[in-house]
Amino acid sequence: MLKLIARRLLQMVLIMAVVSLILFVVFDSDKFKKQIATAELGGFSVAAMSDHDYQKWLKDKGLDVPVYERYAQWVGGLLQGDFGKSFEKNAPVSKVMGERLLNTGILAFWVFALMIPLSLIFGIVAGMKEGSFQDRSVSFIAVFTTSIPEIATAILLTVFIGLGLGWLPAKSAMTGGWNSVELILPVLTLVLYDFGYVARMTRASMAEVMTSQYIRTAVLKGIPYARVIMRHALRNALIAPFTVIVLQLNWLLSGVVVVEVFFQFNGFGKMLLEAALFGDVYVIQAATLVAVFVAVLSQIISDVGYTFLNPRIRFS
Amino acid sequence: MTDTTMPAPRLSPMQRLKRPKALIVLSVLMVIPLVAYVMFGEALARAGLREIVLIPAVPATLILYALAMSSWRESWVAILGGTLVFFWVFVAVSVPFLPLLDPNKPIQPFAPPGTERGDITFWLGTDLKGRDMLSRMLWGCQRVLVWGVTATAVAYVVGCIFGLIAGYISGIWDEIISFISNVLLSFPVMVLFILILNYLGPSGFNIVIAVTFASAPAIMRIVRGLALDNKTRDYVFAAQTRGEHPFRIMVWELLPNVRGPIIVDACLRLGYTTVAITTLTFLGLGLQPPDPDWGLMIKEASNLMVWQFSYMLLIPALAVSSLILGFNLMADGLREMSLRD
Repeated sequence: MLKLIARRLLQMVLIMAVVSLILFVVFDSDKFKKQIATAELGGFSVAAMSDHDYQKWLKDKGLDVPVYERYAQWVGGLLQGDFGKSFEKNAPVSKVMGERLLNTGILAFWVFALMIPLSLIFGIVAGMKEGSFQDRSVSFIAVFTTSIPEIATAILLTVFIGLGLGWLPAKSAMTGGWNSVELILPVLTLVLYDFGYVARMTRASMAEVMTSQYIRTAVLKGIPYARVIMRHALRNALIAPFTVIVLQLNWLLSGVVVVEVFFQFNGFGKMLLEAALFGDVYVIQAATLVAVFVAVLSQIISDVGYTFLNPRIRFS
Repeated sequence: MTDTTMPAPRLSPMQRLKRPKALIVLSVLMVIPLVAYVMFGEALARAGLREIVLIPAVPATLILYALAMSSWRESWVAILGGTLVFFWVFVAVSVPFLPLLDPNKPIQPFAPPGTERGDITFWLGTDLKGRDMLSRMLWGCQRVLVWGVTATAVAYVVGCIFGLIAGYISGIWDEIISFISNVLLSFPVMVLFILILNYLGPSGFNIVIAVTFASAPAIMRIVRGLALDNKTRDYVFAAQTRGEHPFRIMVWELLPNVRGPIIVDACLRLGYTTVAITTLTFLGLGLQPPDPDWGLMIKEASNLMVWQFSYMLLIPALAVSSLILGFNLMADGLREMSLRD
C-alpha cells in the first residue's frame, strides 16, 4: 500500500517536472515575450519601441537570460517555497494565487456541501427500486441536468433568478468586499451540472447491491425495510460513489474556469485564463502545478480510500 | 422438375440501405459536403461550387434519419435523442437554402423578438449589432457540428491507433503509450485546452488539435482494454494462423468487433466536444468572429445583463443544450439497446 502511494507520488513529481519544463520552453519563444510586452505596455508602444529599448525591457523583466538558467533558478526558488513573480500583477505568485485559491476553495466547499447529500439521496432513492417511477424520474432529471452545459446553466439561472426575479445578483465580482450572496449562483450552477453524474453512479451501485443475496436474506428475515437500507445496503452501496465524488475534485478545477469567467468571480480558474492570455509564465506554471497536484492527489485518495473501504480489492 | 434452389431473399429498399456499406456511403454523403462547406468555403466560393456542394447532403440526411428511426423503434430515448441531433444536422445542411436574412448583416440593433420592420419580421429579435438572431442561431449550428465532429473523429483515429498498438502489440509500446497518456490525463481538461490553444492561437483547426490531445488518451484506454480482451479470442487466432499482417488484424478483425462500446462512447464524446468548443469560444480561445457561432453569441451578449435583452443569451444557450441533450439521449438509448441484445 505504502509502496503504491510512493510510486504514484514519484510519478506525480516526474509529470510535474516534464510539464513545467515544456511550459518554460514554450513560453520562452519570442512570440510570447512580445505578447507579454504588448499586454503590459500596449500594442502601439511595443511597435514604436527600438530594438535597444526592447532588450532593456527584457532585461528589466529578467527575460533575457537563457531558458535553462531561468528554469534552474525557478526550480531553486520553488524548493524554497518561492513561486516567482507575476508579470501582470507585479506581486509574488504565491500571494496572488493564495487569494484566488482561497476563493475557489470556498466555492468548491459549498459545491461539495450541497452536491454530496443531494446526489446521494437522489441516487439511493432511485436505486432502491429499480425501474420504479422514482427511479425513472431521477434518471431523467439526471440526464437532463448533466446535458445542459455549465455555460447554459449559468445563463438560465442568471437570466431567470438574477435578472427576471431579481432575487440574486447576476455577477459575483465581489467589488464591495466579500459577499456570500453573490456566491449562490455560481455554486448552484456547478451543483446542477455535476449532481446528475454522481446521482447516476450512486443509483447504479445501489441498484446492484439491492439485487444481492444478503439483502434478500435480510428482507426475508423480516428486518424492517428502512433498517435493511440503512444498515445493510448503504454500507456497500456507498463505496463506489465515494471514489466518484473524490474524482470530482479534478473535474471541478476545469469546470470552474467557465463559471468563474461568466460570473466574474475572482478565483483560480479566472486567474488561469487571465494568466494564459497575458503570457504570465510564472502564474501559469504555478497554477498548472497546483492543478496537476490536485488531480493526481484526488486519484490517489480515491484509490487508497477504495481499498480501505472495500477490503476485497487488492492492488498488486 | 421442381426448382430446389432458394430464391435470393428480396430486400426492400429500406433494408438494402441498412447494410453497413450503404450506411457508410450515406454518412459520408452527409458529413463530407458539410465539412467542405465550412472549412473550405472560400475556395469553393471562388470555384462557384459553394451552394452545389450541400445538395447531396440534404437527401442523405433525411434517408439516414428515416433509417435510424425505423431501427431504433424499441427505445424512445434513442428516438428522442436522434430526432434532436438530426434536426440540427438537417438545419446545418439546408440552411443556405432557407429563406433567412444574412446572419452577418447589421439591420436594426436591439429589436426584441417579433419586431416587424417593413416587410421583415425578426422572429427571435436581433442582437446588439442588429443581426437577425434566428438566422444566426441556425447558421451557428453548422460550425459547432462541423468542428465538433471533425475534432471527435480525429481524436478517435489517433486514440484507436495508439490503443490498438498498446493493446494488441503491447510490450514496450504499451509502456510508452500508457505513460504519455497518463501525463496527459493528469491535467484537468480545461487547463490543457487553455495551454494548447494559447500556444497555438485560437482557430478551428487548433481546437481539433487541442481536443485530440485531451480526448485521445481516454479513447486509447478504452480501445486498449477492448483489444486486450479480444486478442485471445478464436477469430484473432484464426487470422494469425492465416498469416494476416498485424495491421490487417488490428483494423479489419479487431476494430469492427469492438465497435459497440466505441460507438456509444463516441456519442457521449461528441456531446463533450460540443460543450468544449462552445465554452472555449466563449472564453475567446476558440472560433473567431464574425461568422455566427453559439459560443460567440454568448460571449458577445454576456456583458449585457438586462432582463429585456436576455433573449440574446437564452437563444444560443437553449440551442447548444438541445444539441447536447440529443447526443446524450442517443448514447443512452444505444447503450440500452446494446445491453438488451
